[in-house]
Amino acid sequence: MRKLFILLMLCFVCLMLSLLVYAELEDPSTAEDYYTRFMGQNISLNVYNWGEYISDGNYDLMNVNAEFEALTGIRVYYTTYATNEELYSKLRGGGASYDVIIPSDYMISRMIIEDMLEPLDLANIPNLSEVGDEFLNPSYDPDNRYSVPYMWGITGIIYNTTMIDEDEEITSWDILWDQRFMGQILMFSNQRDAFGIAQFRRGFSANTTDPDELKACLDDLKEQKLLVQAYVMDEIFDKMLGGEAALAPYYAGDAMIMMEENPDLDFAIPEEGVNFFVDAACIPKGSRRKQAAEMYINFLCEPEVSAANSEYIGYATPITKALELVDEEFAENPIVFPSEEILANTETFTSLPRETNLLLDGYWTQLLSSDENYSRLLVPVMLFSGIILVVGINVYRAMNKKKKQKYYF
Amino acid sequence: MTNKLRWYAKTYIGFILAFFYIPILVMIAYSFNESKSRTFFTGFTLDWYNRLFTNDLIISSLQNTLIIAFAASITATVIGTAAAIGLYNMNKWLKSVMLNFTYLPIVNPEIITGVSFMLLFVSIQALIEGINTSFGAAIPMLEFGRATLILAHITFCLPYVILNVMPKLRQMDKNIYEAALDLGCNEWQAFYKIVVPDIMPGIIAGFLTSFTMSLDDFIISYFVTGPTSQTLPITIFSMTRRRVSPEINALSAIIFVVVLLVLLTLNFYDIRREKHMLKRMEVRSRA
Repeated sequence: MRKLFILLMLCFVCLMLSLLVYAELEDPSTAEDYYTRFMGQNISLNVYNWGEYISDGNYDLMNVNAEFEALTGIRVYYTTYATNEELYSKLRGGGASYDVIIPSDYMISRMIIEDMLEPLDLANIPNLSEVGDEFLNPSYDPDNRYSVPYMWGITGIIYNTTMIDEDEEITSWDILWDQRFMGQILMFSNQRDAFGIAQFRRGFSANTTDPDELKACLDDLKEQKLLVQAYVMDEIFDKMLGGEAALAPYYAGDAMIMMEENPDLDFAIPEEGVNFFVDAACIPKGSRRKQAAEMYINFLCEPEVSAANSEYIGYATPITKALELVDEEFAENPIVFPSEEILANTETFTSLPRETNLLLDGYWTQLLSSDENYSRLLVPVMLFSGIILVVGINVYRAMNKKKKQKYYF
Repeated sequence: MTNKLRWYAKTYIGFILAFFYIPILVMIAYSFNESKSRTFFTGFTLDWYNRLFTNDLIISSLQNTLIIAFAASITATVIGTAAAIGLYNMNKWLKSVMLNFTYLPIVNPEIITGVSFMLLFVSIQALIEGINTSFGAAIPMLEFGRATLILAHITFCLPYVILNVMPKLRQMDKNIYEAALDLGCNEWQAFYKIVVPDIMPGIIAGFLTSFTMSLDDFIISYFVTGPTSQTLPITIFSMTRRRVSPEINALSAIIFVVVLLVLLTLNFYDIRREKHMLKRMEVRSRA
């Protein structure tokens, strides 16, 4: 039996060793004083980013973290999250210390308000000058004191051309409320984006705090729910590629990836306006390596690095010089890099006041919960019957035991 | 059994096997798919396997997952076996109370276990900091990461080890242990020469259960993971905003094949040993 045990262990160890192959590191080609000042000091950085949101060396693009490590001698610990809210609760929960995080616009302004971010030393991020003017001083962080843009994009409607009339042109969010497409519409399963669509359609601000306007949006979304097949995030890829749904609002960069795989798909930007989103690099309070973190953010703004990231992710880069470095076809893609006209008609999400957030949370649950009028007694009744059941079983067993003992003696 | 009944039994088993293995086979098939699509099969490729081995994040997550699973399940097996032996020798009343306490974590919803671990570790951090600043001590800080993950995993694996070892102890013949003492073993020798081999199947079952539990735990790990290390389930979950990459299909296929191979070797080993024993018995009976 002991041999067997050892055999088993060996098998798993073999699996482990066989996977210990690392990617090859290339020589740092552009060694400058700036990047080498922490060399040999055994410094490490904790970077927390979205999943699948950095170029990792595939598709013949740069392996950004490996390059940074080779160039600076700083060890990068890279971990990933799936939503802004997840990032927020991880930072709020305490205990973990991160050096670089990449939240979206509205989450950045919320974190600024709640004093969770460290002001940046812009003198230590010379590459900020590479960022295009239109991305500087955004509404969520007026003086770029806390954030440096990483990627940006817009939302719009991705649709299957074979499932709508040929001569129909999608110009409005109204089509997501069209009876003809009952059961063929997909919708965002995050509240900010979903309410955003209803707000744009009605011509309200995407950052409205007016309770009446929000109530109107909720009613619209409830009306739309009858037509919606599912509230989804990344399942959109499979559903749209497989032709299971006709229409879905989504991020432009991802829409482009879908269109490459299924030529029947197309992308429309509604005239009422769309959301313009930015994911930007920040340093959270509690970072122990602020200078090194600023160096990492600066590295992300290097044109070559940003170009590789942009091409890998499929989202647009805010670095002007990076546009010349990416694949020409990609740079000229009107979906990823929309025209100025379209950009003029966009709005960025900013942080909402506490009451509005609470109201939206409530509305969102109300929208998603299928049964609106369940009894308040449900939970206590269930609890009570559970307790009765447990007590009952135990009493029954005890009685059985006694009965048996009677027979024995 | 009539032929008809036998036929029903076979179809039934066939259905069960199909439910078990069709999802895995589909996943393996799509790991060879040329495009990222999970709906169309556009052509055969080994690209995803190739990319898997150069994807630092996936490989380091896998490494973390395996290190944590080994460390946690081995420690839990040692502690759990010792605990089971101690419990076995307690008096009846105390034993049943203690056993109920050890089983509680299995019934407890994972999310509650996860949150309470996070709170515990945060308060330990505060405690260490307090001691360090007020007494000038230099106790190393408990960082969220591999250490907290291993601690949490050991804890939730423990009940499974006890659960597996306990029945083996009950089956054990106490007289053999006493005979060993009579024949000149000291207590320690009697323990590892008689008790341990006797309950070994239970220990191994406990180890394997812990290992699998630790390997695919998501909820508890989610709360105690830190900036320096991340397990595979968390890495996969974080891909859902963009898209879960087919490299994960390739990795799952590899893991499936490895587990299959391990099970097959174990079975062959068992069959061979059985044959061997039968032969020996035959030889003996002839003699």
